[in-house]
Amino acid sequence: MATHMAEPAAGGTTAVADHLTLEDRVWLLRAMLLMRGIEERAMTLYRQGKVPGSFYDGYGQEAVSAGAALAMAPEDRLCILHRDLAAHIIRGVTPARMFAQYLGRAAGVTGGRDGNVHFGDYRLGCVGMVSMLPDMMLVATGMAMAFKIRGERRCALTWFGDGSTSRGDFHEAMNWAGVQKLPVVFVLENNQYAYSTPLDKQFAVNPVERAAAYGFIGVTVDGNDAEAMFEATRAARARALDGEGPTLIQAETMRMHGHAAHDDMKYVPKEQVEEWRKRDPIERQEMRLRSVGVDIEELRASVRAEIDAAAEEALASPMPDPSTATEGVFHEGEAEPLGNGLARWSGFAAPEPGGEAAAEAGAVPSEVVS
Amino acid sequence: MPTMTYLQAISAALRDELRADDRVLVMGEDIGVFGGAFKVTDGFIDEFGPDRVMDTPLAESGIIGTAIGAAVVGMRPVCEMQFADFISCGFDQLVNVAAKMHYRQGLAVPLVVRLPSGGGFSGGPFHSQNPEAWFMHAPGIKVVAPSTAADAKGLLHAAIRDPNPVCYMEHKHLYRRVKGEVPEGIEETPMTARVARPGNDLVVIAYGAMVHTALEATEDLDGASVEVLDLRSLVPLDTGAILDSVARCSKVVIVDEANTTCAAGAQVAALIAEHAFEDLDGPVVRVSTPDVPIPFSPPLEQAVLPSVERVREACRELLAY
Repeated sequence: MATHMAEPAAGGTTAVADHLTLEDRVWLLRAMLLMRGIEERAMTLYRQGKVPGSFYDGYGQEAVSAGAALAMAPEDRLCILHRDLAAHIIRGVTPARMFAQYLGRAAGVTGGRDGNVHFGDYRLGCVGMVSMLPDMMLVATGMAMAFKIRGERRCALTWFGDGSTSRGDFHEAMNWAGVQKLPVVFVLENNQYAYSTPLDKQFAVNPVERAAAYGFIGVTVDGNDAEAMFEATRAARARALDGEGPTLIQAETMRMHGHAAHDDMKYVPKEQVEEWRKRDPIERQEMRLRSVGVDIEELRASVRAEIDAAAEEALASPMPDPSTATEGVFHEGEAEPLGNGLARWSGFAAPEPGGEAAAEAGAVPSEVVS
Repeated sequence: MPTMTYLQAISAALRDELRADDRVLVMGEDIGVFGGAFKVTDGFIDEFGPDRVMDTPLAESGIIGTAIGAAVVGMRPVCEMQFADFISCGFDQLVNVAAKMHYRQGLAVPLVVRLPSGGGFSGGPFHSQNPEAWFMHAPGIKVVAPSTAADAKGLLHAAIRDPNPVCYMEHKHLYRRVKGEVPEGIEETPMTARVARPGNDLVVIAYGAMVHTALEATEDLDGASVEVLDLRSLVPLDTGAILDSVARCSKVVIVDEANTTCAAGAQVAALIAEHAFEDLDGPVVRVSTPDVPIPFSPPLEQAVLPSVERVREACRELLAY
């Protein structure tokens, strides 16, 4: 049987990406620490009854969104999934707005219109997900289609899970992107379970192999290694900008918590969780950086302080005005397209030797960027 | 003013918009080299090229989903469903992604979906549907349904220039059957109702092909003065025009080609019951297609679609009430 099941690899400190400065590597760690810290605090707020609805997190998967998002330029466009909070952090959504989002406050990214991680700040080049997870693969494909039609050197990227590979929109997007050879990066976040459904009930072939069937490259990456995720995404983006079409990146990781806060995950063997716990993406990045003299405790303290202040600010902020509940169904006036997000990678600031993608940053004139 | 068929008017609107705005692209199955199943985009690919007159893979969810992506990065995609029926395969993208985007995130999705709809020529259960009510029930989508050549052009301009997702219902039975004068240049038709024929004894409220059925049925109705109100737009629904007609005529027949339950006409009837009860001199009468799939064989199909005779009979009965 060709069923594919990722096993955690031994060892912690793999090769460091050539295209990252020390500052970049610290940023990756900071984004992951912020993601974990924000989600842990939000989970506490949920247990206290302050976060309405349900609560989802990406504990253990922080490297997938941090690494991939860092490789994206301001004028690139992202559709971000619910276990990818670090991508929002990298694009520039502040922790206070994220807490306000969880709490259903007016200052949240959706102003209380949608819950938990169902958001995207369009002014930062991101489109918020819907619950039908692979839907955003087509949206990202359409963005890439527009870039290609307009002759722009830009890229779109989206994340989705192993469960998404079973739905039609996954296949429609992969096929469309392959046929039109579009500059899009598909990040398959393989976290071993779609809610309670394991991989061997989801697909009969390793889904990374499907990329070849649709006419483009598929690569498998250690999704618990932020630098490896960065490097794979940087390379995929460079190929996309060079007109070489899409890339499917399968990030192998593990959903360390239940599907949502209510889920005790008893369908997952304890040994599996313990094995993956040894590969915690944050611990791995900390080990690397400690070995080159970075003060991890200081970094952790600064992240903690930022989270404390953000949570406090959000908790003090008002709920949305009920009289506005029926407003905003339709847009009036000229449509405002997506804006540019922040890009933290040093390669976008200044070309570095050997950094071919870096040299392409800022290649798009601002007037055509949307 | 040039005279055009309904179909030529749709083509003219698309051509004008493609010429006027680089952001506009049309996309769909077989619309490029072949010119579309109904030839709406015949010859377009020669003028505008394959990027802006795009032959897509056979994937309706793909068409709507990629159009959403293109729209939010500044394009103005106009998607063709080969038949309105096929929108069921793109329903999720339209209803969950496009329709809710602005409410959830403040992000506009300027997108048009052209839906060749309606029956009357043995298209059978999958080439004859009138799915407009599905989208009336999905907040965030506008729905328009022209009945004349001039409105076919003007409403398509309005739809393309609207910053929201718009379902443009084009009735296949009108494509070559309806002709009329069409203004030159880009002139938007407002998304409001139009009095197709004024009257004061009874009003027939309809849209799309049923406007013509209503006009024919009431042209000479025992000397009665029958108004025909062409809704033109279902979302937004022109409440003011509907209530004005009811106040003037006091008797109302509502015609839908769609299946009865929860059709656009059901919403119009509810609106009248709620806001114009005191103006009525009789029950609100509905003529529509019963709740069955549209059958293929001509006698079966004709037995379910609202006919001139059925509308005439309904009007006669109500006038006598």
